[in-house]
Amino acid sequence: MLGKTAGGLFWMFRYLERSENTARLIEAGFRIALTRPDGADDEWASVLQTAAVAGAYRERHGEVDGAKAVDFLLRDSANASSVLSAIAAARQNARMVRTALTREVWEAVNDTYMILKEELARPVRTRDLPEKLAMVRQQSALVRGALHGTMLRNDIFDFCRLGTFLERADNTARILDVKYYVLLPSISQIGSSLDNVQWETILRSVAGQRAYRWLNKGESSPMGIADFLIFDGRMPRSLRFASMKIGTNLAYLEKAYGMRHPCHDQVEVLTTRLDTMTIERVFDDGLHEFITDFLADIARLGGQIERDYRFLG
Amino acid sequence: MQDNSPFFDEMLAAEDAAREPYADYHSWFSGEDMGELRKKATEAETFFRRTGITFNVYGAAEADERLIPFDIVPRIISAREWARLTRGIEQRVRAINAFLHDIYHRQEILRAGRVPVELIARNDAFLPQMIGVAPPGGVYTHIVGIDLVRTDENEFFVLEDNARTPSGVSYMLENRETMLQMFPELFTRIKVQPVQDYPVNLRRSLAASAPANCSADGTVAVLTPGIHNSAYYEHAFLADQMGVELVEGHDLRITDGKVAMRTTEGYKPIDVLYRRVDDDFLDPMNFNPESQLGVPGIMDIYRAGGITIANAPGTGIADDKAIYSYMPDIVEFYTGEKAILKNVPTWRCSEPEALSYVLDNLTELVVKEVHGSGGYGMLVGPAASKKDIAAFRKKLQARPGNYIAQPTLALSTVPILTKAGLAPRHVDLRPFVQVRPDGCTITPGGLTRVALKKGSLVVNSSQGGGTKDTWVLEE
Repeated sequence: MLGKTAGGLFWMFRYLERSENTARLIEAGFRIALTRPDGADDEWASVLQTAAVAGAYRERHGEVDGAKAVDFLLRDSANASSVLSAIAAARQNARMVRTALTREVWEAVNDTYMILKEELARPVRTRDLPEKLAMVRQQSALVRGALHGTMLRNDIFDFCRLGTFLERADNTARILDVKYYVLLPSISQIGSSLDNVQWETILRSVAGQRAYRWLNKGESSPMGIADFLIFDGRMPRSLRFASMKIGTNLAYLEKAYGMRHPCHDQVEVLTTRLDTMTIERVFDDGLHEFITDFLADIARLGGQIERDYRFLG
Repeated sequence: MQDNSPFFDEMLAAEDAAREPYADYHSWFSGEDMGELRKKATEAETFFRRTGITFNVYGAAEADERLIPFDIVPRIISAREWARLTRGIEQRVRAINAFLHDIYHRQEILRAGRVPVELIARNDAFLPQMIGVAPPGGVYTHIVGIDLVRTDENEFFVLEDNARTPSGVSYMLENRETMLQMFPELFTRIKVQPVQDYPVNLRRSLAASAPANCSADGTVAVLTPGIHNSAYYEHAFLADQMGVELVEGHDLRITDGKVAMRTTEGYKPIDVLYRRVDDDFLDPMNFNPESQLGVPGIMDIYRAGGITIANAPGTGIADDKAIYSYMPDIVEFYTGEKAILKNVPTWRCSEPEALSYVLDNLTELVVKEVHGSGGYGMLVGPAASKKDIAAFRKKLQARPGNYIAQPTLALSTVPILTKAGLAPRHVDLRPFVQVRPDGCTITPGGLTRVALKKGSLVVNSSQGGGTKDTWVLEE
């Protein structure tokens, strides 16, 4: 496979993952705005920060405002990470790697782009927002389904998955990075309704609220949520799950190509740390430091994969 | 429908009397509901847009990708008509390859005085870098498109040869795919020769022309100028259908006497490069030094026999407009036979007698610049104003050698589906030929282009032309 193609697949799936995660963040923010109107602006500020676009937003709109934040996150072409921009970038990459995709995957991505371009052509009214966000989620599921149902399990598939899980690990870690303070024992008061809402938001933004309740008999605790999002290998958006997947996909590539690279060592260090650490130790050593290190590791790993598989010249 | 039309309609000989090749289709069509058919036509457009069968328009950001309109009424050719056409096409393609070999080696045809020397020597399409080069397998034009027009039951003319990088084959394939999806029942009633083997055959025929030092698995790749090229969809489509890599210049470099592509496992040599990049941009070291699209030094590898470039550089000399008028001579010179397919009669204004005829009949003729393309510097006599003709007369008199003239052809029509029902529109046909060292394969059918505007003779997609599926019936 061409290095350029591997890079195109990787980025195509990073962008798809990003669009879906941004849509989930908007959903979580929207939910808070509905249920706790006085905390809404703070929540939007934190959503913008999580999506790593707070600076860009300030430059464009200044003060945080719910409607403007939604628009910026959802459809502003000036925001390269907006749902619509990310979908367009994913589709542009898909066109570039068209020969590596099945017709069904290509059509799913192309459909997604055409539908969302149409649906998000104008600012979305508040009452239409849930429907539009649901559409983004449905379209992501469609692409994922086409990928799983029609693609060969070969190096092409591995690069798609690497993009997905690297982006996902990054996104979940960002949510924790921005919200870590509400999970700290010193601040959280047991049973305080403010924190319950905050925790709820964290779980919602990773589509994990229901799973978490099932696993924890309906009881929430900050440490429990942090444990769930970082260490639970059953949770498909946890750091551990995403890292494991990066590890297995890199291992497939190692086997297929019969070649081991520095990225293989890096991911091994990363997954071993997640396998051996406990949430208690993370809280003792500092949750924030742990997350900061993880984000840096993920960024470094992405760069290493790019070099090891010759995405660029 | 058009009893008094001066044009030959390929479907309807008279009101509701279909010509024989269209008989089955026409009886099916007459039983169909027009509303349903129009709905199908809309479905076809959705299908094309979903699949992404588009061409890019340069400079227009939002309307970046456009569809070529597709008409659901097929163009149908009988087995007998097709057999005759293929004999003519095969002969012409054989002659083109012999001509190219000759022109880059001994130049017998020039010595024999059948083609004027200055026509070659002063021609930009002639590449001195190709003199004495023997392409692997002796094949110059691995893929050829011959543009044909029809004026009557038995009158076919070659309008143009495309010996450089003919495009449009993806439309031939996707048009058929679309028709199969929309009208499966039609294909059970009417036996149509398949076209789907084109990509598989193309890969085989390209591999058959691999160079002598070819690697074990005979690696083929398609070279595209990139995602913004107007035919990018076709490049990706063909690479995908052949199961080969789609590369750009910056994916390639030269290592160990081979052109190699950057893969996830390091550089891998390429044996056959199906390039969709023009000669001029192929190699900045040998041609246009500004080119970012090619591979520096690829011509040196090519001359050393390290790679097959398809089509070979320099094939443009065979489809040049100035050469076109000599094609009947060229066919005869190399095959020893009369040309089966006719040329459109062409007056070379460099010849005094021809010039005086052309000057006397400007209102009837189409006058073209020898080296022009895309309709620039062209006079369409019947459509031109007196002022245009007078101005053109001056240009023609000043540099007669720069022009050729042809009669305005009465192109045949095939009906398209309009809001008001069937309506005749002018068509042409581009069959595609694959050439191997041991012969050639002509895919039954080709790309039918159709002028969608009433009365228009312009079928180009850039000018609002559309396409039709082209059926060659089984015996």
